[in-house]
Amino acid sequence: MPRWLAHTIVVAVFTGLIALAFWRVGYDWNWSGVWDYRQKFLQGWFTTVALSLAALLASTAIGVIAAQMMRSGIALVESAARVYVEFIRGTPLLVQLLIGFYVVASAVGLENRYVVGTLVLALFSGAYMAEIFRGGLDAIPRAQLDSARAIGLSPWQTLRLVVLPQAVRIVLPSVAGQLVSLIKDSSLLSVIAISEFTLNAQEVNSFTYSTLESYLPLAAGYLALTLPLSALSRWLERRFAYEAA
Amino acid sequence: MKLAIHGLVRRFVDPGGGRPPVTVLDGLELVTGDIGSLVLVGPSGGGKSTLLRILAGLDVPAAGSVAFDGVPLPHDEAALRAYRRTVGTVFQAYNLFPHLTALENLLLPLVHVHGLAEAAARERVREPLERFGLAAHAHKRPAELSGGQKQRIAILRALVVQPRRLFLDEPTSALDPEMTAEVLEMIGELRAAGTQFVLVTHEMGFARHVADEIAFIADGTVLAHASAADFLDRCTTPRVRSFLRTTLPT
Repeated sequence: MPRWLAHTIVVAVFTGLIALAFWRVGYDWNWSGVWDYRQKFLQGWFTTVALSLAALLASTAIGVIAAQMMRSGIALVESAARVYVEFIRGTPLLVQLLIGFYVVASAVGLENRYVVGTLVLALFSGAYMAEIFRGGLDAIPRAQLDSARAIGLSPWQTLRLVVLPQAVRIVLPSVAGQLVSLIKDSSLLSVIAISEFTLNAQEVNSFTYSTLESYLPLAAGYLALTLPLSALSRWLERRFAYEAA
Repeated sequence: MKLAIHGLVRRFVDPGGGRPPVTVLDGLELVTGDIGSLVLVGPSGGGKSTLLRILAGLDVPAAGSVAFDGVPLPHDEAALRAYRRTVGTVFQAYNLFPHLTALENLLLPLVHVHGLAEAAARERVREPLERFGLAAHAHKRPAELSGGQKQRIAILRALVVQPRRLFLDEPTSALDPEMTAEVLEMIGELRAAGTQFVLVTHEMGFARHVADEIAFIADGTVLAHASAADFLDRCTTPRVRSFLRTTLPT
């Protein structure tokens, strides 16, 4: 059976079951009230896309740097990266956002909540990225580095031509998963009153009292971002695929 | 090549500091004649691979000196990298880059280290690939090659940059007998063509065939060193005799 047909069948069955559940509880749909706020959804969605994209790039950079720090061999640098990763991964993003915005950003006079929100989100996701990248770099056998040195590659060439192409293949699935998480985690930015997708859906709900009609488009809007990302990741995995020798 | 090694010391220190340092090379001395090939033999853990790594510019001794044809090996990494570009090294296994095809593995040092244009590099590797019967496998990734093919590509990669000499660290010990034979045959052909090399091996029969001189290394020093025939047939050092009895087919 072709993959697309299998997907279609599974999605159809799943949608049917959900529809059945709605029919059983006799939910009274009111789409017209929500439809009036379609601009608000769209505006929120684009804000989420922009924030996620910025945080995605920043968290990748933070992750690469922190991973290198954890492998630096310098005790203080390794410790700084390790403490950062454990602290961020061990505490809720909600708390980080509140402290980051109301305490740290206020103390340094940073008032743009969009900048602060993006930074906190990037630092949060960067901690997970750091562990993913560190694992990827550690997985390259030492013999590969010896081989690179033996043919006279410089450290930079070794990183670019030997280590990164192999590490990318190893970390790709985990990075894609982390990016999907990041997009969904951006919904928490609503707690510092950033007018992103989730906050706008909440507002539409409070204007219209149509809860499911407000939140179902929210789910669809996130899927519209995360599904293409997953597809892109699988395509890249195939491109980088080779058996380890 | 004339190799002169004096007072070579290499210790491995446990980075955690838990275990005492291990002295792998302990004031090693070795001076060869003007030879084409040197074969290093001896028990595992005796220091021959460490010695080869130092000769290949991949490791730095704690003390002592190494000179090829009167030119001493440098100690700083930048000069060592320049030195490594003039020689070729082949390891026991995992030489090739698994994300590149055999051909790309050959092109990488030519293009990125030796500054050849892609077309010139392809031209350079075409004939050697054919000569050693590897042209049909050029577009395969290492995982699709047999162990013997992988090792022959690795030797070619070291060779196509036209090095002054090759360093081969047990190039056949990860291979089954049939593949060992095809790799040894290739090294034999290179020897006949005048390629200079230092080889670490357990294949004593092969050593007799290709070695000008053989050095027996154990406990971090040279226990015996002679021309191939003298070493194999007339060496009286008891430790060497018992080593040869267990490794040489009679």
